[in-house]
Order: sequence, then C-alpha cells, then structure tokens
Amino acid sequence: MKTLADLQTLRAEYIKKLQIVAAEKVLVLIGMGTCGIAAGAKQVMVSLQEEIKAHNLSNVVIKQTGCIGMCEQEVLVDIVRPNEARVTYGKVKPSDVKILVEEHIIGGRAVKELAVGRYPDANVDKGYGDVPKYREIDFCKKQQHLVLEHCGVIDPSSIEEYIAVGGYEGLAKVLTSMTPEAVIDEIKKSGLRGRGGGGFPTGVKWQFAHNSQADQKYIICNADEGDPGAFMDRSVMEGDPHRVVEGMAIGGFAIGATEGYVYIRAEYPLAVKHLREAITAAEQAGFLGDNIFGSGFSFHLHIKEGAGAFVCGEETALMQSIEGKRGMPRPRPPFPAVSGLWGKPTNINNVETFANVAMIMVKGADWYAGMGTDGSKGTKVFALTGKIKHTGLAEVPMGTTIREIIFDIGGGIAEDKKFKAVQIGGPSGGCLPESMLDLSVDYDSLIKAGAMMGSGGLVVMDETTCMVDVARFFLTFTQAESCGKCTPCREGTKRMLEILNRIVEGKGREGDIELLEDLAETIKDTALCGLGQTAPNPVLATLKYFRNEYEAHIKEHCCPAGSCTALTKYVITDKCKGCGLCKRNCPVGAIEGGSKGQHKIDYNKCIKCGTCMANCPFKAIVRE
Amino acid sequence: MPAEIDYQQVDKILAKYANDKGTLIPIMQEVQNLYNYLPKAVLEYLSQKTEIPLSEIYGVATFYSLFHLNPRGKYIIRCCQGTACHVRGGAGILAALEKHLGIKAGETTADGRFTLETVACLGACGLAPVMQVNEDTHGRMTPTKVPTILAGYK
Repeated sequence: MKTLADLQTLRAEYIKKLQIVAAEKVLVLIGMGTCGIAAGAKQVMVSLQEEIKAHNLSNVVIKQTGCIGMCEQEVLVDIVRPNEARVTYGKVKPSDVKILVEEHIIGGRAVKELAVGRYPDANVDKGYGDVPKYREIDFCKKQQHLVLEHCGVIDPSSIEEYIAVGGYEGLAKVLTSMTPEAVIDEIKKSGLRGRGGGGFPTGVKWQFAHNSQADQKYIICNADEGDPGAFMDRSVMEGDPHRVVEGMAIGGFAIGATEGYVYIRAEYPLAVKHLREAITAAEQAGFLGDNIFGSGFSFHLHIKEGAGAFVCGEETALMQSIEGKRGMPRPRPPFPAVSGLWGKPTNINNVETFANVAMIMVKGADWYAGMGTDGSKGTKVFALTGKIKHTGLAEVPMGTTIREIIFDIGGGIAEDKKFKAVQIGGPSGGCLPESMLDLSVDYDSLIKAGAMMGSGGLVVMDETTCMVDVARFFLTFTQAESCGKCTPCREGTKRMLEILNRIVEGKGREGDIELLEDLAETIKDTALCGLGQTAPNPVLATLKYFRNEYEAHIKEHCCPAGSCTALTKYVITDKCKGCGLCKRNCPVGAIEGGSKGQHKIDYNKCIKCGTCMANCPFKAIVRE
Repeated sequence: MPAEIDYQQVDKILAKYANDKGTLIPIMQEVQNLYNYLPKAVLEYLSQKTEIPLSEIYGVATFYSLFHLNPRGKYIIRCCQGTACHVRGGAGILAALEKHLGIKAGETTADGRFTLETVACLGACGLAPVMQVNEDTHGRMTPTKVPTILAGYK
C-alpha cells in the first residue's frame, strides 16, 4: 500500500464486504470485554450457539465486540437483521436467549423487556420505533463517544472492520503528505493534553523529544492503568486496539522514534491478547514495519507486560521495568525526552492520549479544539463506579459538571441512598463532597479547587461509607505499592497508615489529626516521585471535608457511617420472627436459632459482611 | 512440593528472547507460567545463563507482586481489593473466602487446591465486587456466592 488512495480503495472494498454480509445474515454481537465476560457473556454465547443449532438457522453470524461502557447492563447482546435497525439488549441471561432468537432473530419483533436501545438508521426498512434510541437514553444523552466510538460496535479482532470505519487514514495522511513538524503543530493547535492525569500539553511534549538528537528514540504507551477504579484504557485496548497502534505510529513519526513499546499491566490479559493480534495484523497489512506507505519511515511496536507494581505507572519507574529492573523511579531532570529508555530520548503518553491522535489528524485540530473548554479541549473518558446506579464508562466533553456525570449519566446513588463523596484521581487524588459537585470537569478548574482530573476513575460513595476508612484504604494501597527507595514515602506512609489503623479500631488519640497533617506536608514536599508526593492527598482531602468523622472516631470511639467493624456490630432485635433466612444465608454460619425462635449472632464468628441485615424481610437486624 | 524442572523448556524460553533487550521480566513471566511459581533452582539457572547476578534476579522477583517464590495451588483466587470493589463490599468477600477456605490471603489450602491472593484492581469495576479464579472473572459477587462458586472448581 503506497498512498492514501490505495487505503481508501481497500476501505471501500471492506465496507462492501460487510454490507453484503449484513444484507444476507442476521448479525448478533455479544459484548465480550472483561466486564461482559465477568457478567457471564461466555455462557450467553454458548446458549446462543445451541439455540441457533436447535432452530437449524444458517443465516446467523455471531461476532464478539468490546465494552460499549454500559457495565451495569452487561451482558449486552446486539441483534441486527438485514435492513433493520440494530437493537441492543441488556442484562441478558442464558435463559433469555430462546426468546431473543424466536422473537427477534426469527420473528423480527423486539423483546421490549430486555431492550436497552436501538441505533436509528435512515437507510433501514424497519426501525423498531418503540425501542428508545440508544443515544437518547439517560446514560448516553450527555455522552459523546469519540475515543470510544468503535468500542462495542466493531469486532476488535478484525483489522478489516477497523479499516472499514476509517482506520489508518490518519497514519496514511501523515506519512504521505505531512512532515513531523507539521504533525506536532497540529497536535499543539488541537490543545490535546495528557490523559493519564498530568494534563501536560501533548504537542509540547512531542516537541521536546523531536528536538533531541540521537541515533535511536523511543515512544512508549503507558497502559499500566494502575488506579483502582479505572478501566478506561482497558476498554479502549480491548475494544479498539488498532486505534492505539495508529496513534503510536503517528507519534513515533512526529518525534522520530522507530521503536515503540506498549507497557501494559499483566492484570489485563484480554487487552494484551487483542493488542498482540492487532500488532501482528497491522504488520501483515503494512501499517507497521519498514518503509510504511513507502514514506521511508519505519516503526516497530512491542508489548511489555507489567508484573504487578502500581509504581510502574510512573514514567521513570516504567522505563526501569522495561529494562528488566526493579521499577524504582529516579529524579528528573534528565527528563525522558532527553534521556529515557536505555538513555535515549523517549516520549511517554497514556493510552487515551494516543487514542485521540488519529482522529485529530483526520478531522483537524480546529474541529477538536471546538470541543471542550478554553484550557481543556476534546472529551474525557471517565470510569463511573461505586455506589452509583449505572456503573460504566462515560465519555463527555470537557466542561461537563461532575453532578451531570454522577446524576444524569450515572443515574444517582444506588438504592436511593444519599450521596456523600466522589473520589476523583484515584489514590493520588481526593474526594469531593456535595458542595463541589458543580465543578466543571477540566484540568484547571479541578486543580483550582484543590482536586485533580487524574486518569478518570470516579468512585462514588454514599452515607454508609466511612471517610476515615477511605483514607485508610488508600494509604494501605500506597504503602504496599511504595517502592521503598526514598525515606519520606517508605517510612512516612507507614506511619500515617499506623495512625489511621488505630483510629478506625477505636484507638485514636488526641493529636493524631495534627500528626497526620504534619506527616502529610512533609511527605508531599520531600518524596522522590508522584506516588509518594500524592499519597497523602486522600487523607488531606478527607480531613478538609470530613474532619468531624475523624473527631468522632477519636473522641467518641464512634463511626458515624456505621461502617468501621471494630466500632459497630450487627444485632438481631426482638422484631425477629425466626424465619431463619439470615441463618441460612450467613456465609460463615454465625447465626443460631430455632424455627420461629429469636435468632442470635455469634460475635466470635461474625465477619460483619452485612448480608443478614440486607436480606431480613422484617428489618429486624440493625447495626450499632 | 517443589516442581520438577524441565531445563529444556527453560532453554526454549531463553532462546526466544535471545536477541532482545531488557528481557528478564518476560523470561521470568514465561517460566512462572510453566510452574505456577518461580523455583529457586530455575532462578539460579537463569542467573548462570543470562549472567545477571542472582541477587538482581531475586530483587526483581520480590519487587513485583505477580511473581511468587513458593509453590501455589491448582486454582489461584484473586480477590479484588480495588476502590470500587472496596466500596461495594470487597472486604466482606475476602473475609468470606478466608473463612470458607480456612486460610489467610497469601496462603494455600493444605490439599493444594486453592491459593488465595488479593489484587489491587482487575479493571472490571463496573461489576464490583469482583473475584478471579484462574482465568475466570466473577463479577457482582456477594459473600453468599463464595461457597457455590468455589465448589465448581474441583
């Protein structure tokens, strides 16, 4: 393939091929991202295959697709009959497959109880008008899927489908008609900023690496996504891996790197698999390798798997890990753009940053800069999790408020409980209370408010979450992940954690809060890398907004949220009717009682999981 | 019980990476896939063959949480303790697992069937709380589901 026109011819050919299949066959797409599989997609697939065989259907094609981001509705199954609208079904169980096959696949009637939405298409004969339009349902209305545009729509294992939807046109345009300087200018003009959390202007970063002179340069994709609660990058890599490959190739050309690495955490085996397949397919098709598009530019992409170290998401530690060493950060300068991997100029960007690149090159920087706010252009993908009704991925234009994301898209708090706080920025970030919900999602507004964008994880907490426990939870995490190299982080986080552990166990002392604040300031100022410098943030944020909870734990030995197990216990009151449900459900057999008699909890066995209280039909169990 | 080492397999892995740079971690990952852990004898062999000091190899093995120096069970249970899982009851799942198996996180059952581990985040947060058994990911976990799910792994 030598020119953009060659690629466009290939694209037309693949579109035609897909159209022919769509005109003759019923397509069934099953969401087989990690979330879908965790919800039981494989069993649904098996049921589907069996049902199709049982009905002797020869005109059905089953395809796998990635995460569309509607995790709460998994398992998601889409059905498209020839010349008809695509309908998405949610919460599909193996037992639902029969009715889907008989009613929709064979009968052409939508199964309304399971239907989530339909994709309206002007070119179809039948639209299933009584199923709501997918893009108009509450979860989707305020979203704009650009980075996620192909996730859950195409088959990630098919380079043909990627090309059919316009894939690799960005790379072709860049290599056949632009200079590296022009590419960097376009990225600068677009206003794209790093999506890993730092928010550094991408074009400027590429300029630094471009300016360095060396016999070898490297470009790295940070796919470590270690923030607990974040899975945006996983979904992009599983659902649209070629998007990342294309973005990296364009970046490599811009900075002058002929070798690229994707450093991806080993906890994402499906993403690793899809990326490997994508790289092989891209090599075979000529989008990677030597002399791509006859431009003289060669680019080889390799995968390096992480081995379970959060600190390796920090760029200098990441490079150490690629070199086969312990992932321990080092001071900067020298910055990676000057001296990075194996001492050579290196540019590191996050998955989502690369996922924005190709479309900026195709649609132009002006188009991109037309979205978002003055300082933050484009869209951001957020992972909505925790005590929220609709968990999943939400891609919104910068400038959307947090309230809109949590309440309009996320549907508000699960079980109609009360919102308490949302953790933004993972273990490096902080929690935001109700009063901050109208903050606009953009880098600068969040920093001004004392928070940060982070990688995009939003963990929602309700009235039953203890904020002291949240701080303790994050410190436990960062303490375990601390590499140990610098004293402030290694010793400091340990001491902070000891204090927090004492507090949640009811052994807090006067002066503990002040000591925590003192330690926090010292660690922030003196730790070697971002992990240590930001480790105290969750403590400082919870102290800022929820100091009263700390004081209640310390002065009154009480947990206002009723969550800290050392300070609460479950009690079966005399409302108990002896139905025995709690006894049967208790996972550790801690409840005793005869039929129709008062039941009692054995506190030596009780693990305080709350199952008994959650399921008691007479609300006879309380937490004290 | 320590594994029986097949050095030919180890040599194959070494040959695969012979022409690349920075290959220690992928080599160790592939060796661990063979035995479910990193036997000391193999680490010594790797040191000999790669000329990387054993102390450095040991340093790498103990730095990364996915490397294990002791034999593990047939089924590895990874109970997610990430933020989303924690907020949705992850601690209760871990407690139920520990009680049901009679071991603590990091340990293996006496019959060698299950090893219980915690993991910081599996990235399936939309279905929290989550637990993995070998390659199977189980979402929307509750403490009561633990015995039934584990019974399926013979």
